[in-house]
Amino acid sequence: MTTQEVGRPRRRKEDARLLTGRTQWTDNLTRPGVLHVMFLRSPMAHARIERVDVSAARGLPGVVAAFSGRDFAGEQGSLPCAWPVSEDIVIPDHPPMAVDEVRYVGEAVACVIATDRYRAADALDAIEVDYEPLPAVVDMNEALSPGSPKVHEAGNKAFSATITSGDLDAAFRDAPVVIDRTYVQQRLIPTAMEPRAVMADTDGESFTVWSSTQIPHVLRVMLAVVTGIPEHRIRVIAPDVGGGFGSKLQVTAEEVLCLLLARRLGRPVKWTESRSEGNLTVHHGRDQIQHIRLAADADGRIRGLQVSLLADMGAYLMLVTPGIPMLGASLFNSIYKMDAYEFNCTGVFTTKMPTDAYRGAGRPEATFGIERTMDELAAELDLDPIEVRRRNWIRHEEFPYTTIAGLTYDSGNYEAATDKALSLFGYDKLRAEQADRRDRRDPVQLGIGVSTYTEMCGLAPSRMLGEANYGAGGWEHASVRMLPTGKVEVITGTSPHGQGHVTSWSQIAADALGVPFEDITVLHGDTAVAHKGMDTYGSRSLVIGGVAVVKACDKVREKARKLAAHVLECSPDDLDFEAGAFKVRGTDQSRTIQELAYAAFTAHDLPDGVEARLDSDATFDPDNYSFPHGTHLCAVEVDTETGMVKIRSYVAVDDVGTVINPLIVEGQVHGGIAQGIAQALFEEAVYDADGNLLTTTMADYLLPSAADLPSFTLDRTETPATSNPLGAKGVGEAGTIASTPAVVNAIVDALRPHGIDDVRMPCTPERVWRALEGVRR
Amino acid sequence: MPRITVTVDGVTYEEDVEPRLLLVHLLRERLGKTGTPVGCDTSNCGACTVLLDGKSVKSCSVLAAQADGCDVVTIEGLGANGSMHPMQRAFHEEHALQCGYCTPGMVMAAIDLLRDDPDPSEETIRQGLEGNLCRCTGYCNIVRAVRRGAQEMGQAVSPS
Amino acid sequence: MIPAQFDYERPSSLAEACEALAADDEAKVLAGGQSLLPLLRLRLAYPTTLVDVGRLEELQGVHDRGDHVFIGAMATHDEVMRSPAVTSGCPLVAMATSQVADPAIRHRGTFGGSLAHADPAGDLPAVVLALDGVLVARSAEGEREIPAAEFFVDYLESSLAQGEILAGVKIPKLGEGWGFHYEKFHRTAQSWATVGVAAAVHRSNGTITEARIGLTNMGPTPVRARATEESLRDVELGEQVRRACEQAADGTSPPSDLHAQPDYRRHLARVLTHRAVRTASGSP
Repeated sequence: MTTQEVGRPRRRKEDARLLTGRTQWTDNLTRPGVLHVMFLRSPMAHARIERVDVSAARGLPGVVAAFSGRDFAGEQGSLPCAWPVSEDIVIPDHPPMAVDEVRYVGEAVACVIATDRYRAADALDAIEVDYEPLPAVVDMNEALSPGSPKVHEAGNKAFSATITSGDLDAAFRDAPVVIDRTYVQQRLIPTAMEPRAVMADTDGESFTVWSSTQIPHVLRVMLAVVTGIPEHRIRVIAPDVGGGFGSKLQVTAEEVLCLLLARRLGRPVKWTESRSEGNLTVHHGRDQIQHIRLAADADGRIRGLQVSLLADMGAYLMLVTPGIPMLGASLFNSIYKMDAYEFNCTGVFTTKMPTDAYRGAGRPEATFGIERTMDELAAELDLDPIEVRRRNWIRHEEFPYTTIAGLTYDSGNYEAATDKALSLFGYDKLRAEQADRRDRRDPVQLGIGVSTYTEMCGLAPSRMLGEANYGAGGWEHASVRMLPTGKVEVITGTSPHGQGHVTSWSQIAADALGVPFEDITVLHGDTAVAHKGMDTYGSRSLVIGGVAVVKACDKVREKARKLAAHVLECSPDDLDFEAGAFKVRGTDQSRTIQELAYAAFTAHDLPDGVEARLDSDATFDPDNYSFPHGTHLCAVEVDTETGMVKIRSYVAVDDVGTVINPLIVEGQVHGGIAQGIAQALFEEAVYDADGNLLTTTMADYLLPSAADLPSFTLDRTETPATSNPLGAKGVGEAGTIASTPAVVNAIVDALRPHGIDDVRMPCTPERVWRALEGVRR
Repeated sequence: MPRITVTVDGVTYEEDVEPRLLLVHLLRERLGKTGTPVGCDTSNCGACTVLLDGKSVKSCSVLAAQADGCDVVTIEGLGANGSMHPMQRAFHEEHALQCGYCTPGMVMAAIDLLRDDPDPSEETIRQGLEGNLCRCTGYCNIVRAVRRGAQEMGQAVSPS
Repeated sequence: MIPAQFDYERPSSLAEACEALAADDEAKVLAGGQSLLPLLRLRLAYPTTLVDVGRLEELQGVHDRGDHVFIGAMATHDEVMRSPAVTSGCPLVAMATSQVADPAIRHRGTFGGSLAHADPAGDLPAVVLALDGVLVARSAEGEREIPAAEFFVDYLESSLAQGEILAGVKIPKLGEGWGFHYEKFHRTAQSWATVGVAAAVHRSNGTITEARIGLTNMGPTPVRARATEESLRDVELGEQVRRACEQAADGTSPPSDLHAQPDYRRHLARVLTHRAVRTASGSP
């Protein structure tokens, strides 16, 4: 009797090699005669390139070649933007190595190729570049002002987009309450622990590119499009990849150039970035200014919501840069009912590193905006923040519910998740302590923050992506191969980099095929092995890719059923499939699926029309997104003398639908919460007025260590998704989306009696202190 | 070029090294010990942590020449006879790794902190790991794993 | 990133090391390397030669010398914070040293290296300054004793001459009745002190008779909070102490950086000095 695998806290198959150092990070890989590439990067935010002289570098020991952008001008193409979100969008040419002009600090202007990285680093010092400085454009509002210097010829506006629903004027007309706030989503550096690395090699005809990427399949297509090398001559491999969080959802200059360098030199080349190089040149995240207006009745019922965003694109539009703010377009209304909604977004060019996907991508921004505003509404009406949410959220009996923004939420139970969270948190007790500290004028004040979020996962229904003008579909692919000995290969188009797909997909396939968990291997991340896929981002892997595995297993099982019926001389309809075996109903006759795999392999006795293989391919494309939700509660202690914020307790109750592996789900939530807290308290990419990044190292860009975070208390409610047969909703980003507003709401809650209604992120001790100083004066 | 003698995971090597060669590059690029990764250039992240003469160090901030005559243990040298060290097992059991990039350094730092305190509190563990950054786990399960590893190591050495 | 090329020497005696340094203006001393190597990797420094003094016998160890503790320049932070001579003779040093960076860095980083680096954001310079430590320098000319007050000249600049090597530090022991505290304020556990306060306070019958206060990251060098120290002569615990600590930032010129502006640092210095003095004096 096999036990059900789905739902078990299986320890991961991935762990052993990661724990013992037998890893395949791209930088660990080598090829005979491999050469090392390093890039010289612009120290100027904006300048015309007058001259690049690489000749001195070429003469140094160990240096094989050195090139400027001009040397590749004819073949390097333009880095792609796959999401032209509006009719008016301007997509500037984006050469992988700058040729005439640089537009952000860190943009590559030249490269050296040497026998080892030490020689390459020395050669960089020998390259001479003359720049004619042009004015930097750092601030979005300034960039849009009439006299602003231009980042690109066509101006600093990348695009504008508007969504309207309902009668906004009516909603705001005579509204008893109007909340009007501006929030800043600071710029973040994703900081996956593994710096990027690329290796490329050629046999003179075909090319292999190893890259620390989340998207080997998309990358292959794009490399073909950008370089003109035929797609079938390019193989992309994503070996072990050390985290991504969206930062490796990109087609990078370095990937294109390594491929072109391998072609030009006819030798394998490898590039590995340093962390300080990465802080400059891995795409950044967030960076929005949100103007939010909310109209409500006197009892707190929301009438209308108006959102105007400025979204900093940076200097160029990369793979999905303009799509990021648009992913939040239909989520500012969140779990709340209202009569009218308007969303405006303007994408702005600045002379900074381009922004693009970072964990949550558009949804954390939207969730922050609305959840902060809900707390302001509660404060305005002197209501408990939970109560004001209760008065507005979609009740569980109202699902499926089509929101004001036009999305149809299939399932959820906000009441259940919130009740559970409140009880775990000890909400009433903490409120009592808060009141006591306020009465005592304790220099350390307690704040309680709420975030009741939803988000959309499972990017995405291809039809909806088409309507949004996205350059690709949102399906996912899987193959299942029964091997002659009864073992199973699952091939997935997802490309895990820490999410444990090998384990979870094994659990899914074990249940679907009735084979032991241990007998399943999962192959991924190599376009020659997993020949079809849309890769891993947007909490899509389980919800789309996992379901594709289910579909592929279903097909194998049905093939096996035909074969079993033939072998057992019965009708397929007389067979029951249980615990990995087909049993003839009412007899003791049966065949295991492993026996049938062997029968298919020998092919000695196959029925007519049945091929000698027990394998399958399947794709899955959902009809709708999935909508995880949950309630996060955070208690902070704010030292009003120093401004220091300490998280005292954190409770998260998430509803991610059906859970395949609770251990992995818990891990995803833990990590997501930590990243969201980090945005609230620690992280910010800071540029000075000249466009220099000041946070180039981990000494300046502060990431929390274990000593800076508490343990989190987690629980779940489970309302299965109806948009896929697994009932899963996705969990990769939920923690990040929920936690940032919970923390900031808690800080503002602590300070509200002092007359403070906002602290800009990250809520550093200095910012908290300045907020207090501002009201003391 | 200085000639150094260094023992890594039980094997003694004699190497001529450039003075500026970093220990982590000696390990990775000369000796093939790629189990120890590099995550930053300011010694903040701790991914490259190894034991040098029994104490944790960040191998990106030690010159190979400084390790002359020393004994280095990397993540690859922890287990015995093909089985994992109790701390490695504890990380597996508690799901204390996701992408795994910080894991070698985190495990080495965890083992090091137990030299001081074989039965550390959550607070001690969090402080002891302050020099090792993880971007995936939020540290919750790492803390649990170190507690578990400590208990298992304690049992392993306690007299029967 | 990769350091630029340099030569490497590992002399077998302090005298040889001094010679090697004197011979080359661009040579630098390599101690534990925990500050220097990141600078080299970022190519923010291009020394011609590194003179590795990390193993010199003369620079090792922590020694109880009666009225003072002598800390060898190459004693690692880890050794210093655990040394019985330090924990009993100058516990403020042990307390601050245990907060330097993280455990792995404390295994390599040295007491002398931290001081010679003369980073005002480092925890140890303010402590040695507060305790009136005496830095012992060696060169071909012999030995020279430099009071801490004269050692820290400017940002990352000490009064060590080229060819001179810090051999160790004498920390005078405090007698009976002294309490101490190091109050470090930083945004994350591994970030540098935004401001730090090293306080040693002498108490007698419910009054503070003397206080010595060193400030971390409140100027281009570590500084003493002299005005507060003056005001803390023979004062009763309580309101008078609070008022004295209001002067903690007087005469300082704190830096402006990503983590704090000068006015905030001054404010922190006042608050943290009060906290440090209260803790050091055993006040609730």
